[in-house]
Amino acid sequence: MSKAKEALLNPIFNENPIALQVLGICSALAITGSLYPTLIMCVALTVVVSFSSLLVSLIRNHIPNNIRIIVQMTIIATLVMLVDELLQAFDYETSRTLTVFVGLIITNCIVMGRAEAFAMQNGPWLSFVDGFGNGLGYSIILILLAFIKELLGAGTLFGIEILPLVQNGGWYVGNNFLLLAPSSFFLIGLMIWALRAWKTEQVEVPQYKIAKNSLESEKGA
Amino acid sequence: MIRNNDSISKTLLVAVSLCFFCSAVISFTAVSLKDIQEANVRLDQQKKILASANLLDENKTVEELFTSIESKIINLNTGKYDSSVDLASFSERDFARDFDTSITLSSEQDIATIKRRENYQKVYLHYVNNEISAIILPVRGYGLWGTLYGFLALESDLKTIIGLEFYQHKETPGLGAEVDNPRWKALWEGKKISSETGEILISVIKGSVDKTSKTAQYQVDGLSGATITGNGVTNLLSFWLGDLGYGPYIKETLNEKEVADV
Repeated sequence: MSKAKEALLNPIFNENPIALQVLGICSALAITGSLYPTLIMCVALTVVVSFSSLLVSLIRNHIPNNIRIIVQMTIIATLVMLVDELLQAFDYETSRTLTVFVGLIITNCIVMGRAEAFAMQNGPWLSFVDGFGNGLGYSIILILLAFIKELLGAGTLFGIEILPLVQNGGWYVGNNFLLLAPSSFFLIGLMIWALRAWKTEQVEVPQYKIAKNSLESEKGA
Repeated sequence: MIRNNDSISKTLLVAVSLCFFCSAVISFTAVSLKDIQEANVRLDQQKKILASANLLDENKTVEELFTSIESKIINLNTGKYDSSVDLASFSERDFARDFDTSITLSSEQDIATIKRRENYQKVYLHYVNNEISAIILPVRGYGLWGTLYGFLALESDLKTIIGLEFYQHKETPGLGAEVDNPRWKALWEGKKISSETGEILISVIKGSVDKTSKTAQYQVDGLSGATITGNGVTNLLSFWLGDLGYGPYIKETLNEKEVADV
């Protein structure tokens, strides 16, 4: 696999920022109640992480080491504000739904992490592709979450009724828990489990082993 | 390739030029998009005004529908219409901030926790066949996390609620933010704001309203898990419908109507 292809595809399943690195959880919990805002959020994050990686990589040889984090932050914050301004101008309704979470992309560890860990060492094109790949990895998990949450929570997809709710004269009793943020903890947990059952190399070595019960070991001896 | 990036002059140069570049980009975007953004906000408010009075129609645009609405400035102290204030440039936030055009509320007065109240407000009147069919009043007050801004639409008797719609709030999604839920909003229609004697009774209660009780017409079901938001809504309605809010305006308008009817 070429380097660029690897940078693009690896973050999707092999090194998924949410499922393996467990980064960027905040927005994954909060805005996945319905598909459309989630999709916009994914686009916003992908744009920010791709271009912040590109820009950081472009000036990486001139960034003084002692202020590198703040330089990265400034670039990221600028991009996020740009995205936020654009959203307010062209998709006002969604920007109202996403409220503060667009602004919070600034503190999303995925963006910062790619800038610091990848873009500071690699060329602009490769960094851009890496950022884009990580954006895709984030998006795939979020879209899955939103799909499950909106379908089983509200009986709709993109606001279109799929499972008619009892309140509206149908048969489906919506699972209200899925519409609340904490349900994402369970769903992300299940996804991580599934992913690690499929790709066993992602399973971490346990940090501790419980010692044998001393009484039993005496009995054995 | 060892560069002297860490010298003080290079550090300052990078920091200053980056800041300059970034702020230029942001300022440029903010200025060039400002008109579109403001138009969006205005359109959204008009939509909420129409929604509060049940006037939205999917076949017509908001601009078209809004032509049936007339906005007027009232003086909250006297309750009379006041044409001395420019309608187009009126902003409740600017007026409430300015000490010349607002009053400071004492803690007993300030049940809605808004701190200052402007002396003027913009109300919206909807006409059907040259008769007022709905009066839409801007209201605001503190909920759990922040101030809720909304519109209360009343029928021309100034007693019966048509609807209540919030256009800005910071309540918890899934709990307090259910003030935006259409099913909850539908509960407001037909409720009365005050008793025969004029006492403001409208409130959001905890739990469900007992439909057989006498007070049911003044009560709206609470939102489960959002008691504080519910209390906030009760408080803001009590404030804005009371003597410091639209009380004088309501009295004045009803008096005028009586005179006209006689």
